Amino acid sequence: MIAVEDSAAITLDDYVPLLGAEVNELRTLAGPLAGREVLMVNSTRIGGGVAELLNRIVPLLEELGMRPGWETVTGDREFFEVTKAFHNALHGSPAALPANAFDIFRAYTEYNRSRLRLDSEFVVMHDPQPLGLIDGRVNHAGHWIWRCHIDLSRPAPEVWNFLEPWAARYDASIFSAPDFARQLPIPQYLFYPAIDPLSEKNRPLDSAFVRSVLERFGIDPERPILTQISRFDRLKDPAGVVRAYRIVKRYFDCQLVLAGGSADDDPEGSVVLAETREEAGPDPDIHILELPASSPLEVNALQTASTVVIQKSLREGFGLTVAEALWKKRPVVASAVGGIPTQVIHRQTGLLAYSVEGTAYQIRYLLSHPEIAARLGEQGHAHVREEFLITGNVKRYVTLLLLMLRA
Amino acid sequence: MGVSPGFQFVTASYVIRINNQSAITLNELRAGLDQASDASIFYHTFQSLGRHHFLTEGFSNEFAQWTLAGLNRPQLAESLGGLDVRDYLSLAELRADLSRIVAEYCDAHPREAAISGFEPFHFCECEEVTAPLGAPARTLAEFREGLEQLSHSSLYYHFLVSRLRLQLRTNDFSHWLTEGMGRADLARRIERIDIYTNTLDTARDQMVRIVRLGEQS
Repeated sequence: MIAVEDSAAITLDDYVPLLGAEVNELRTLAGPLAGREVLMVNSTRIGGGVAELLNRIVPLLEELGMRPGWETVTGDREFFEVTKAFHNALHGSPAALPANAFDIFRAYTEYNRSRLRLDSEFVVMHDPQPLGLIDGRVNHAGHWIWRCHIDLSRPAPEVWNFLEPWAARYDASIFSAPDFARQLPIPQYLFYPAIDPLSEKNRPLDSAFVRSVLERFGIDPERPILTQISRFDRLKDPAGVVRAYRIVKRYFDCQLVLAGGSADDDPEGSVVLAETREEAGPDPDIHILELPASSPLEVNALQTASTVVIQKSLREGFGLTVAEALWKKRPVVASAVGGIPTQVIHRQTGLLAYSVEGTAYQIRYLLSHPEIAARLGEQGHAHVREEFLITGNVKRYVTLLLLMLRA
Repeated sequence: MGVSPGFQFVTASYVIRINNQSAITLNELRAGLDQASDASIFYHTFQSLGRHHFLTEGFSNEFAQWTLAGLNRPQLAESLGGLDVRDYLSLAELRADLSRIVAEYCDAHPREAAISGFEPFHFCECEEVTAPLGAPARTLAEFREGLEQLSHSSLYYHFLVSRLRLQLRTNDFSHWLTEGMGRADLARRIERIDIYTNTLDTARDQMVRIVRLGEQS
């Protein structure tokens, strides 16, 4: 197995073998930004996709010569209960807001505004928690950007109506997909979420390690492996995946792996896990794996060993597990929901499906035509290289900051 | 041959801007094509070809891709996909042809034109930043070395996007080879490389081979 590195120790030069000239061109491009302050603000340093992303982006911006800073908003439990309720409401769930939610949000916004230094030349606020800090902008100084990582296509109106006046005061906003955006009076940019090709979840693994993981979980490396990596959530349709597998199984002696985080602290997850087990029955070729919360190497190994990777979601955010599989050159069969069609261009970088039967058919097609599966995997890898890598994300930030300087 | 003015390689980078305009039916696409900015037409045709440079079949532009994947209209997708962006010297001409094809289909199939697709088409556009890369190449050998080291986005900028900038049926490389180096023979061979059936990498390999041969003649 390749030695695990501390991600903070990864430098731009480490990406050269993967990206070649792109890396030096990125350095050239970023030249005019040397010495300029860029402040990132989100709600946590540890845990969650945004913190994971900033943990990589901030050091890379620094290596490019900028002076990046990273601050988090703070608050006690009532503040984070409010922001969690906002998060769910913005995702489209009925708004179940704590009493005085808006007052609490305003009070903590004011508290954080008074404790944070917000005079950097560029300020990037991530998600709704720090959105109101634009109140701390003095005399329209600097360039302020709101990076919204969540899907705003169907927000609960009372929450969005409360937040929108702040959003509208930024110079620009960034969304992860066109579908996730709102009509705003400010420019809206598209930054795809990104994976780090050098992270434990995505770096190439030694084949002996991959086999050891399969052995540990009792998976036969000699027969086709169909895999879906997802938490046990009805929106990921694990029962539908089992039904698709049963159809495929009539034609191919294959195995199914459903791997997700442990459902111990998630009551609904436990129910879905039980439902999935019931759907699977006693079939020894169905492997339902509850992985510990952080198991990047195991996830990597399971994706790497898969013959076909499935993402049969009924609803999805961006669905970066698809990009992870494509980066490993695995053929993917996935539902055409959320950000998945952006990653899976039908018949070019994978196959899209709209039903259990369609999913089964596309899997059978790939198992029957390994040469086509290989081509889709290669093209999927190239697509991820162009669009969904962390270095591309940094390049988009550099480009946007340069455009703002020019404006 | 006099002193060449040199070829300045540049690096190009883009961010995508989401416009407040989308279509869910062919009728809406028809209206959208008329209303969209030039930058949006550019993005969904020239730019998308560049972003999908690794595909060598079945991908031409995002209007064609959406009518196939989002609306399941293969006949229309083929017509839209049959447009070769290299035939156009202006976005107005390209927009006119896209609009005409969609309008003719809508008029011939009014019921289909009103059916909602699986997913909406979002009109977007790109904003561009460029920066010069090192000193200009003044010889064929220097030019070839620059080509070999160029990223995909920069290669694409010089080879395809340049047509609109130059308002000529040529590209930056061929333009310089003709005007700066007096090598119209090499320029023509590079111009003939088919970007629809090559990846940018295989196109680059061909360019490098052509220039290397040119160095020897």
